[in-house]
Amino acid sequence: MQSEPLVTFNGVIKKFGAFVAVQKLDLEIHKGEFLAIMGSSGCGKTTTLRMLAGLDAPTEGEIRLSGKPINDLPTWQRDTPMVWQSLALFPFLNVIENVEFALKMRGVGAKERRTRAENWLERMQISEFATRNIAQLSGGQRQRVALARSLVVEPEILLLDEPLSALDAHLKVRMQSVLQGLQRELGITFVYVTHSQSEAFSMADRVVIMSKGIVEQVGTAQEIYRAPKTRFVAEFLGSSNIFSGKSDGNGMLATPVGKFRLPQDGTSPQKGRSTTMVVLDTRSHLSVEEPGSEFDFVHAKIIGEEFTGATATIYLEAEDGSELRVQKDHDTLAALPIDVGQPLYVSWRPNETHLVSDA
Amino acid sequence: MNDFNRSRFIEIGLRFYVVLSFAFVFAPIAASFIFSFNSDRFPSIPLGAFSTEWYRAVANDPLVWDGLGNTLFVGIIVSVVSTALGFGAAYTDFRYRFFGKPVYMALALLPPTIPVVILGLAMLAYLSRINLSGQSVSVIIAHIVICSPFAMAISRLRLSQMDPDLEAAAWNLGASEWAAMRYVIVPFCLPAIFGALFITMAVSFDEFAIAWFVSGLNETLPVKVLGFLQGQVSPRINVIGTFVFVTSMTLVIIAQILLTRQTRETPAKD
Repeated sequence: MQSEPLVTFNGVIKKFGAFVAVQKLDLEIHKGEFLAIMGSSGCGKTTTLRMLAGLDAPTEGEIRLSGKPINDLPTWQRDTPMVWQSLALFPFLNVIENVEFALKMRGVGAKERRTRAENWLERMQISEFATRNIAQLSGGQRQRVALARSLVVEPEILLLDEPLSALDAHLKVRMQSVLQGLQRELGITFVYVTHSQSEAFSMADRVVIMSKGIVEQVGTAQEIYRAPKTRFVAEFLGSSNIFSGKSDGNGMLATPVGKFRLPQDGTSPQKGRSTTMVVLDTRSHLSVEEPGSEFDFVHAKIIGEEFTGATATIYLEAEDGSELRVQKDHDTLAALPIDVGQPLYVSWRPNETHLVSDA
Repeated sequence: MNDFNRSRFIEIGLRFYVVLSFAFVFAPIAASFIFSFNSDRFPSIPLGAFSTEWYRAVANDPLVWDGLGNTLFVGIIVSVVSTALGFGAAYTDFRYRFFGKPVYMALALLPPTIPVVILGLAMLAYLSRINLSGQSVSVIIAHIVICSPFAMAISRLRLSQMDPDLEAAAWNLGASEWAAMRYVIVPFCLPAIFGALFITMAVSFDEFAIAWFVSGLNETLPVKVLGFLQGQVSPRINVIGTFVFVTSMTLVIIAQILLTRQTRETPAKD
């Protein structure tokens, strides 16, 4: 990535009364990257985006855009257009008037305005709806109008606040590829706020995971998926088995469901220290017989099954009531007795595990 | 509505009840309308011949034209000023949160709840102290006080239908606060603004008690009507009554059409 970041958050804090929405955020957003900010509702992701757009002012800290501090710049003087969750299209204007709006506000002449707006309608493949009312458009068409309206000023950065949340599943996938294609073509920065893992992971170059106003992890989809850094991230992604217990100081983890080998990465925790270890559900195995010594394992009972296309996820419950999950292809599963209540061994290789922080 | 289970008897009874209620409300107005075309001097049955002589008599009365002129002059200024004030108050409520807002809103909505006689008397006492009584401007001031809350209520309703992101989206697209007001808020509220103009004009047009107290020699039409009544029983009252009714109803119906259409135009959320 480029050396000079497009956006820098420097110790940014946002409080609403006593509620701290964003706590000490340090984040760099690079030129031309597709960054997703992901988290559940109330995690501070939208507030972060709104501060960047200039719709909320940081309580503390500094935000820089292209090197310049923008804390005191009102939103109408920043070039940080946003695509809203509600889309916020102007219902009293038709499609092309909506797209022209930002140009009109910037004092662009009527003729040039029309031409530039028409170009964007064409680009978004909605030229035929130019004179339609917003109320007459479908959800996907409105989405395109909202994108055209924001992009018509040719900004360096586009902010998107859960823009696809109102769409049907199949339309969502199509709009995802539209967005991704657009971002590559334009080469501008997209900052995309979402609560959806699939949206963030399938589109973004880097993903920021937030919880309770704190950044839990920043990285590519692969990095985060393979190696969640914190217990929160592992739980949020929901694709790992999580074991908590105490380190015995000799590379073993004592948990309520058994004693397991800790990963041999040279950072063995001190004796007696609370430690959490995770292993991906795709790296976990099922068997009827007790696995060999190269595996660690838990004895558990099946409680349910979920199909996810080429694979299925089996949910199991260990003796202490904790839940485990294993994802396998159908051929592998066909060879196993998959019935609710069936006891099986859930196993993994110790070198497939890694530690996460409990914070 | 699902009236599959409703008994036929109750159905007919309810309809009859509605018709009866309307008849009760509108009978005096209808009577006034019918007698205004009656040639007889006194409103009695059987009716005399159809006649427009009372209309001619009214049309030829310079005092009536005076009253009508005053009413229109007052009505137009009142509707414009009170709609501007009412819209401003509604926008303040929509946009800002501040200490004492419930008190502010209660005060803004108060005037129509005060008995008009008391309000009229208070207005007279106050306006005469500052040498503003007995003029058209006295009626204008008094009417603005009672009309603004209506304009506010109508504007508030419209603003409550607005996606709160709309204004922020305008700012985000480069509109200053004034530009957003001009290009987004006002256009969105336009039907309500016109509705408020018509309703407040109708309220001012009809209002009698306060105008009676403060108008002095610049009587509005309803005050003139009282003058007729006190002097003599004249069918001209029916003519003026019919005229005032038709005018007010027209204004209210126009407002109603504007306000209903805006609701339907609001796009469905999907």
